[in-house]
Amino acid sequence: MKMNQKRKVFIQNLITYAIVIGCWIIIQIMIQTGNISSLLKGLLVPLCTYAILAVSLNLTVGILGELSLGHAGFMCVGAFSGAFFTNVAANVIPGTGLRLFFALLIGAAVAGIFGLLIGIPVLRLKGDYLAIVTLAFGEIIKNLINTLYVGVDAAGLHFSIKDTTSLGLDETGVVIIKGPQGITGTPKAATFTVGVIVLLITVFVVLNLINSRSGRAIMAIRDNRIAAESIGINVTKFKLMAFAISASLAGAAGVLYAHNLSSLAATTNNFGYNKSITILVFVVLGGLGNVRGSIIAAVILTLLPELLRGLNDYRMLIYAIVLIVMMIFNSSPKAIEMRAVLRERFKKKSKEAA
Amino acid sequence: MKKRMFSLGMAVLMAASMTACGGSSSSSATTAAAAAETEAAEAAEAEDSAEETEAAAADDGATFKIGVIGPLTGAAAAYGVGVANGADLAVKEINAAGGINGYQVELNSQDDEHDPEKSVNAYNTLKDWGAQMIVGSVTSKPCIAVVAETSADNMFQITPSGSAVECISGDNAFRVCFSDPSQGKASAQYIGEHALATKIGIIYDSSTEYSSGIREAFVAEAANQGLEIVADEAFTADSATDFSVQLDKMNEAGAELVFLPIYYQEASIILKQASDKEFAPIFFGVDGMDGILTVDNFDTSLAEGVMLLTPFSTTEEGSLQFTADYTAAYGEEPNQFAADSYDAIYAIKAAAEAADVNPDMSYSDICDALKVAMTEISIDGLTGENMTWDASGETGKAPKAVMIVNGVYEMQ
Repeated sequence: MKMNQKRKVFIQNLITYAIVIGCWIIIQIMIQTGNISSLLKGLLVPLCTYAILAVSLNLTVGILGELSLGHAGFMCVGAFSGAFFTNVAANVIPGTGLRLFFALLIGAAVAGIFGLLIGIPVLRLKGDYLAIVTLAFGEIIKNLINTLYVGVDAAGLHFSIKDTTSLGLDETGVVIIKGPQGITGTPKAATFTVGVIVLLITVFVVLNLINSRSGRAIMAIRDNRIAAESIGINVTKFKLMAFAISASLAGAAGVLYAHNLSSLAATTNNFGYNKSITILVFVVLGGLGNVRGSIIAAVILTLLPELLRGLNDYRMLIYAIVLIVMMIFNSSPKAIEMRAVLRERFKKKSKEAA
Repeated sequence: MKKRMFSLGMAVLMAASMTACGGSSSSSATTAAAAAETEAAEAAEAEDSAEETEAAAADDGATFKIGVIGPLTGAAAAYGVGVANGADLAVKEINAAGGINGYQVELNSQDDEHDPEKSVNAYNTLKDWGAQMIVGSVTSKPCIAVVAETSADNMFQITPSGSAVECISGDNAFRVCFSDPSQGKASAQYIGEHALATKIGIIYDSSTEYSSGIREAFVAEAANQGLEIVADEAFTADSATDFSVQLDKMNEAGAELVFLPIYYQEASIILKQASDKEFAPIFFGVDGMDGILTVDNFDTSLAEGVMLLTPFSTTEEGSLQFTADYTAAYGEEPNQFAADSYDAIYAIKAAAEAADVNPDMSYSDICDALKVAMTEISIDGLTGENMTWDASGETGKAPKAVMIVNGVYEMQ
């Protein structure tokens, strides 16, 4: 019985990897044969980014069971630290690919540290309170970056929270972060292949965590904190672990985001609460705790507004309606009942036909 | 089991949607190279919007395709809609007068929601449509993201209103408006040359690149003009409703002129609060101040004597015809963004005629021809006379200073 259960989980996980790799192969074939639209080609890296964000948030919301509304804040930290490194190290490491690799590590590490620091006070809170504090964290990060000016010259790094002239750079100095203008001129190093590799690593980390001793401890805390504590599980440790891993994966996604666009600025659209809510929608639609569902939901909901461009101004209206219909179809008890009935009928028919 | 069935269904749906957009694009990916093949596709696509149908009806079918990128929805929609309408009006006029080099022009406007990521998506959509020239993006950050893509593709781009320095970083990119630093510099020079004041106060929005960019150049140039900056106060988008503190500091420091490199909504509040405090320096604004007379519930007598540098006003002689046509077509007064994009389309027309390009050329060849021609043309537009461009993409036109007298702009 136990073996059977393990096998089932293993097969389920393999299907998830297979879907991601299968999509990669299909897209590669489409690119090779020139059978791909510019729009889809431009969307490939964002799709990976959002899938990673959805999977990583699922770790906090679905597995740990805590509602976090500051996920875009971690993405922002990762994006800025990664892009900052890429621009500073431009002369030291000429290859953009290698710089992206280090930027990914740095972005993930910095976001992970932030996750840890934020997690220590915040994870003492529960439910609504945690949601509010994480929401505030995301906004604070965004506003901090908007006031930050950082430049580099022969003497090293210069910081200011006023303007670029107060940095006091010499002639060779370059301003890297320009307050509300953010970072411009990051090379477009992120490719679909890199995105898929990072996505696979994310899925690997999350799935293995879920099926590990630590993962079971985390889920025990989610299901009943008091019971978990009474059998000797270190609640703070496991909560922090899940939160920090989730944050660092979001940071890696941020690095991908930053290396896909040449202008990076912290606005409400890309790193504000809007984005946090969007990622949460991916997770909820895909199913709490369901990694594969998160990926699929992220891909569909990112593609949808772009595929609906033909509808002009009605696009966002239709998008909202489709979102509601999908939510009802996916999780309303009546809809699930109806789906079961339909499936029965379908089965009967196919049997009769046979 | 249910979940598996559902996710399988989702996967099928996803695959279908991917092949759908892959399939439909196979023809449009090559449109630029072989325009003749796409006549049928063009006709089908032209049905999407009314203004395209007349363009597609050109006799031999080949048309210039111009793509517009801007925020048509969201908070910055006023700018994007202005640009889309201004371009539309210019294209209609050009088509009625026989088109560019005898070819009709098609226009396609895509929404970017003032978001760099969406702006790149909009650009890719236009590329799939077969766009050969891009007018956009309207706002600075999206424009910076798009210009990286267009310069990699070698697609000709002219932004009507992307004012940040990096907006035209590629050699394929040009702009109609002033850059942020040039506006700040021009303002300081104007104040210095006309000896309006020596003690200057500044109130600016530190959360937008537009305002902080202008301020920085203004401060740098003020030293050369012998202007003394006695007070320099910032606000952010989150605190843009009360300016008493900033105004008190201006008053205490004895500022004779307050420089406002900000948009007109905030400026209207500043003028109201200054009048309540009986603080009456000269107020000096830049092009973002354009529109102050149209603010709802704003007592326009408060704006008497306000000076601003603007490239466009609806009441000046050269723009009366445009204003009348625009108002008749779209039911609202044109803003400066509409004028900028109207000029952008005419700049493309002038350059395309000078370079003698035709729609059968690939977009890369058109770009190579246009970027040379752009530096040779000179046009009289709504936003400036004798507008010329240099190879960096900056426009050479003199800023116009106006003063608000009796509720209308008076040229200085």
